[in-house]
Amino acid sequence: MSFQAIIDGLIAGTTIGLGAIGLTLTYSILRFANFTHGDFLAWGAYLTLSVSGFLGGLVASLGVTTPLGPFSFGWGLPVSLIIGITLTILLTMALDKLLFGRLRRRGADAIIIVMASFGASMALRSLLEFIYTANPQYLTRELQIAEPLGLGMRATPDQLLTIGLTAVLVVALNLFVTRTPMGRAMRAVSENPALAGVYGIEVQRVIRVTWIIGAGLACVAGVMSGLLVQIRPYMGFDLLLPLFAAAILGGVGSIPGAVIGGLIIGLAEAFAVQIFGAEWRAGVAFIVLVLVLLVRPTGLFGRPS
Amino acid sequence: MTALSVTDFQAGYDPDLPIVKGVSFDVQVGEAVSVVGPNGAGKSTLVKAIAGQVICLGGRVQLGDDDITGAPSHALARRGLGFVPQTENIFTQLTIRENLQIAAELVPASKRADQIDKMFDMFPDLKERPNALAGALSGGQRQMLAAARALLTDPPVLMLDEPSAGLSPKLVGQVFDTLRRIHETGVTLILVEQNVRAALEITTRALVLVDGALAHDGPTEALRDGKTLGQLFLGQSPERAQA
Repeated sequence: MSFQAIIDGLIAGTTIGLGAIGLTLTYSILRFANFTHGDFLAWGAYLTLSVSGFLGGLVASLGVTTPLGPFSFGWGLPVSLIIGITLTILLTMALDKLLFGRLRRRGADAIIIVMASFGASMALRSLLEFIYTANPQYLTRELQIAEPLGLGMRATPDQLLTIGLTAVLVVALNLFVTRTPMGRAMRAVSENPALAGVYGIEVQRVIRVTWIIGAGLACVAGVMSGLLVQIRPYMGFDLLLPLFAAAILGGVGSIPGAVIGGLIIGLAEAFAVQIFGAEWRAGVAFIVLVLVLLVRPTGLFGRPS
Repeated sequence: MTALSVTDFQAGYDPDLPIVKGVSFDVQVGEAVSVVGPNGAGKSTLVKAIAGQVICLGGRVQLGDDDITGAPSHALARRGLGFVPQTENIFTQLTIRENLQIAAELVPASKRADQIDKMFDMFPDLKERPNALAGALSGGQRQMLAAARALLTDPPVLMLDEPSAGLSPKLVGQVFDTLRRIHETGVTLILVEQNVRAALEITTRALVLVDGALAHDGPTEALRDGKTLGQLFLGQSPERAQA
């Protein structure tokens, strides 16, 4: 067994963790398991890819694709990512306005909203396949050499960047949720939406901010995954179960929990591949999930309701 | 001057099944009014509906000169209608200070710290551990925090739904002392209570609700003899009950 599984697990875990943050926020504030969240990752990646291609065609002479330092991408990708995040947020807001918001206003049961999200997930995925085809696409075609990190571990600059970016985003988001008025309002709505109204909190505004954060992080996670592997219409769907596992493992509603849950799932998958073989990848991750929940049913950082 | 005016008000959880049936009353500025009645009379539904927590099915509610009929609860809190629900009236997973900080968002930024300090002075128990989770507070302290939260914005009208429910007799005494002090600061108080005797002690006027309708509206003195109140609770007309 080599230590490389640690790096592989951390890299996979950061993508899962970032995606799981949006899922755990949606679950704790809107109170439903959002199956479209995986598709937000895929849409974020494709929208960023489209903007990146558009920028490349528009201002190719400005070195949009010329690699930045040790990385495989040019300045066009960060700019495209910002526009991609904006477009992904607009997509989620539109979906909430057309579907989830209407169901909420009509007092639909959580299971109805979950099934609606399942249907919307399939529609979003099919739409991606229709627009972009099922062929894999790439944000960059530059080759990168994995640099030695010691103890036999290796990682490319892009891979290390995703770990660093995740750490920065998680710290920033945790400060936002614990130190700002909107963060307090989000935690209040998560505990008791009716009481939040009595305190003067506009719950609809909190819901909008939740979608914005969830969609933004989903787009970043999708682009990170696309940068390191490839972009496919099913990439979000394939990540959906690990995302749920990470959110539940970390404790529903906990942002650090979602990330740590993601890292645990990522590491479990990486070690499972090395020890048992690739076919055990998902199975071992779920065994870890079940074992943790048997000992701590609220997840690692969840509080009893 | 009228602080709150309720006219032919109907409310309930199901549009076809009103629980509050055509209730009308006015509360004057600075008045302390208790709303009493037997179990299931619709007392809590009445105040919850006024506070935007239950569907308003008809009638009109005015806060001062503003028509607030059917307004959402967050808008009512911003307009100055304080409401303390019976249960689950604080955020247990937030600290005591965070509970107050959320309420303080409704006052101008320059006054927030002062208002929070004012509440800590009014409720010294809360000042001892401001960064403790509110869920760690005792039943009485929770009611103090709920009242502090509602008072922090200096609301002209404060409605409380059974603040003594589930508390020990000693804590009930503390809660009613607090309510008396609150009323002495000039806040208009509307108090829904099962503990009728204690409620009548600190209020000057009582509304008796029976089966969703107003059975009596008058000074509390008229009800302190217990017998009249008992007859009203059993559904006798106010004239017969007082005869």
